[in-house]
Amino acid sequence: MATDETSVATSVSDLPLKVAIPIREIMPWAIFGVLIMALAYYFVGAEQGATSIFSGMGVHEFVHDARHLLGFPCH
Amino acid sequence: MVGQLILRGFIVGIVAGVLAFGWAKTFGEPAVNIAINFESAQDAAKAAAAVAAGKPAPAEDPVIFSRTVQSGIGLLTGMVGAGAGLGCLFAVLFAFANGRMGNLAAGPTSVLLAFYGLVSIYLVPALKYPPNPPSVGEPATIKYRTGLYFLMMALSIASTLGALRLRRLLVPKYGNWNGSLLALLVYLVIIAAFFVILPGINEVPVTFPAVTLWNFRLASLGIQTVLWGSIGVMFGYIGARAAAERPQ
Ligand SMILES: [Zn+2]
Repeated sequence: MATDETSVATSVSDLPLKVAIPIREIMPWAIFGVLIMALAYYFVGAEQGATSIFSGMGVHEFVHDARHLLGFPCH
Repeated sequence: MVGQLILRGFIVGIVAGVLAFGWAKTFGEPAVNIAINFESAQDAAKAAAAVAAGKPAPAEDPVIFSRTVQSGIGLLTGMVGAGAGLGCLFAVLFAFANGRMGNLAAGPTSVLLAFYGLVSIYLVPALKYPPNPPSVGEPATIKYRTGLYFLMMALSIASTLGALRLRRLLVPKYGNWNGSLLALLVYLVIIAAFFVILPGINEVPVTFPAVTLWNFRLASLGIQTVLWGSIGVMFGYIGARAAAERPQ
């Protein structure tokens, strides 16, 4: 029974966080994060279509429906 | 700290991918199947015409995975892969944005970021180069189409980042409302200019059913909205938690 004032707004999602993470602390991770994203998007969205790292059509055919439905150019 | 956020983003992205799969299976696959049947009928007609003209029938595409695999585990893998990648990117964006958006709390920050991501990475590129079901694109132009699509995506992301930076410069001078609207206006003019400058692509066969095309594109928008929306909401919860636990 959370009815009192203090327990209403205790979700951390509601708290303004005035202390930002320093940019220099984020930078190395930013490169890592963007790289993972680029890798995922490349394999789902473009591998064995416009360019190929692996030969054949196995990757393309396997993720084929996702590629079309996520909006990437295909056939 | 940021590593923690990325791990959480990765997990949130996987869950979002599963949800997007559900949407894709329900609203996207019916249109995909109609498009594939359309394609098969066209291929059969071409082969029949070739045989009637006394030429050998063109070779059929080899089947590597069955339709069941493609529309099941294959679709799931694609959605989860894209979701996990987006989740990692999202964690990085959140790390940059959190605490730098005025008084905005972690939850709303996350949801607002998801909105920016959906618009910049999907919606704007898709308005210029809309998603197409199987049998619509020419295999010969795949390099050209892929290049233009990713170019539009890069320009769209750069425009959003530029507009947000511009807003930061304009708000102290013109106030929150006027400064924000001015930045939005500049953003819209830039996007419109890209839409005009970049070449258009239309390879939809004239006989392709219009309703199927419409349903397919709507399903695609739904999938991306589920993907980004669920990442935004889930990260607004567990990402905010990680940020709050941060040792000062
Ligand atoms: Zn295709």
